[in-house]
Amino acid sequence: MKITIGAINDKPGSSKNYKTGSWRTLKPVINLEKCKKCWLCKQLCPEGCITKKEEGPQINYDYCKGCGICAHECTFDAIIMELEER
Amino acid sequence: MYEVRFHGRGGQGAVTAARLLADAAFREGKEVQSFPIFGVERRGAPVAAFTRIDDKPIDIKTQIYEPDVVIALDSTLIGVIDVADGLKDNGKIVINSKKKPADFKFGDTRVYTLDATEIATKHGLGTKTNPIINTAILGAYAKVIGNIGMAAIEQSIENNVPIKKEENKNAAREAYQVMEA
Amino acid sequence: MTKMTIMGNMATALGAKLCRPHVIPAYPITPSTLFPEKISEFIANGEMDGEMIRVESEHSAMSAAIGASATGARVCTASASQGIALMHEMLFIASGMRLPIVMAVGNRALSAPINIWCDHQDTISERDVGWLQFYAEKNQEGLDLMILAFKICEDKRVLLPGMVGIDAFVLTHTVEGVDVPDQKLVDDFLPPYKPEKYLDARTPITFGSFGTPEFYQEFKYAQVKAMEESEKVIDEAFREYKKVFGRTYQKITPYRCEDADMVILTLGSMSGTARAAVDILREEGKKAGCIKMTVYRPFPGKELIDVSKNAKVIAVLDRDITPGLGGALYADVAAQFVNRTAHPVILNYILGLGGRDIVINDFKEIYDKSHQALEKGIQNPVEWINLNKEIL
Repeated sequence: MKITIGAINDKPGSSKNYKTGSWRTLKPVINLEKCKKCWLCKQLCPEGCITKKEEGPQINYDYCKGCGICAHECTFDAIIMELEER
Repeated sequence: MYEVRFHGRGGQGAVTAARLLADAAFREGKEVQSFPIFGVERRGAPVAAFTRIDDKPIDIKTQIYEPDVVIALDSTLIGVIDVADGLKDNGKIVINSKKKPADFKFGDTRVYTLDATEIATKHGLGTKTNPIINTAILGAYAKVIGNIGMAAIEQSIENNVPIKKEENKNAAREAYQVMEA
Repeated sequence: MTKMTIMGNMATALGAKLCRPHVIPAYPITPSTLFPEKISEFIANGEMDGEMIRVESEHSAMSAAIGASATGARVCTASASQGIALMHEMLFIASGMRLPIVMAVGNRALSAPINIWCDHQDTISERDVGWLQFYAEKNQEGLDLMILAFKICEDKRVLLPGMVGIDAFVLTHTVEGVDVPDQKLVDDFLPPYKPEKYLDARTPITFGSFGTPEFYQEFKYAQVKAMEESEKVIDEAFREYKKVFGRTYQKITPYRCEDADMVILTLGSMSGTARAAVDILREEGKKAGCIKMTVYRPFPGKELIDVSKNAKVIAVLDRDITPGLGGALYADVAAQFVNRTAHPVILNYILGLGGRDIVINDFKEIYDKSHQALEKGIQNPVEWINLNKEIL
């Protein structure tokens, strides 16, 4: 790759290609039976990788860094952090 | 090079007087410079401003330490500060005062006085307690110093004074007429 | 062309106006406050078609300038002293993103103690931020250098920001006669700024994106090359300016240097007083000369060597100080000569800090001190001039 004047990147959205899921050691897992669909986890996910689905929140593990904020904030203990061995 | 120092109090228009004189000289094709003393201005506090006039480009950028002329816009400054400080041997002092030149003691220095306050008040410039006398004093300058003509002074007033242009020009003219060279 | 008597701040403001900037984000600070005041007056009166952004700090002023410039707008601002210090981190970003913003500066001392008067510390301290730096000797140069700065900075071979310094009060608040060029001539000299890439919501791009260790050094190298390239562009612009407007500019302007034993190097308004002092020294039979430096970054090293290599001594005058070293200009000059087998003695004089007036006698003292150093050996290469030891 050649450098550009002013460090311009004219192909925007390239951060999508960088899958931060590999940073994760603990993986959030949702117990849909306990979930009340309050969507607090979706609101608070700093990576924006929780989306609304009919059955409940869905986590995009390609980008989830495993920070655990969703599990910490869930009022109904519907999210637990599991050790992930790959 | 001709160097002029104006003394006044903050708010009396010494800086404007220096500027008007420079602009008048510029209109006569001279090279000019004018600047206030580089300080923090406060209304009523003694201030000074300077004008340099020359036939050739003015390279020097220092403040003026040995003026050819000193103009005191306010005679109450005399005694508070040394208005004649650094004045050249053949220098001149012009003072806004009702008194006669002989009433001022500046050794051999030639002193001129003009009641610019009365002229300014008569022409409705400023108020009785705070008359704007800088244009009248420039009329006196034109008469007694003589290196800048009245036409240029009037033109400078026309171009730089935002209000009461005619009154200011009339004050300068009257000062020019009553002043004894 | 109109001839008028104006203050230095008005000269840089008129220079900016003639360049038709689209956006002027500015935060007022003594002694350059008149610049934003005049610009907003021009816009309010309908004499100028630009967007003035009133910001809450100089950091924001430079941030807004960067954002506006990245959209392809021509941008200028003004500041001084603490204001420029507050901008510091943004100045790097402007140059790294290769945005040709032009800033008018009223060169002023830095606190503490608080001081509003003339000193070059504010811009000298920004010598490493990747901006071109110009210093004016008089108000006419302030106006002309604003136009020249846009011309040079916007050149495709350069694309870097630039600052034009006028000395606090000695120029900013001093009235001098100035030729204001016709708008038509400036329009022809300075065509609209048309960058190849700019921010546009329809085709999004990123400026100044992440530069990892594999790339960062190359980005910086390219930026430095552009600064070096500007040397040629500056000469071209100066030549064209002379042709169109009739006034001569040089990166450095020597005066009576041909046969001089001692040359005095100056920046800014003290340069005129230096010429007057050289004339007096010459009348006394002393072979003195002086050099006015108009362009400080890129540093005109080749030109400096050319005009001063035959002198016995170069007296470098610094209206700034790098504590623990000496003057910044002194270090720059010394670096130019260090690898030459024979070169003049290089001496440094610190003077005029915080608005101390620089007078003819100072130059006489500098001549005598330098002469003494040549004859009796250098006691101290960095000397302070007109220092009142009684109050120390």
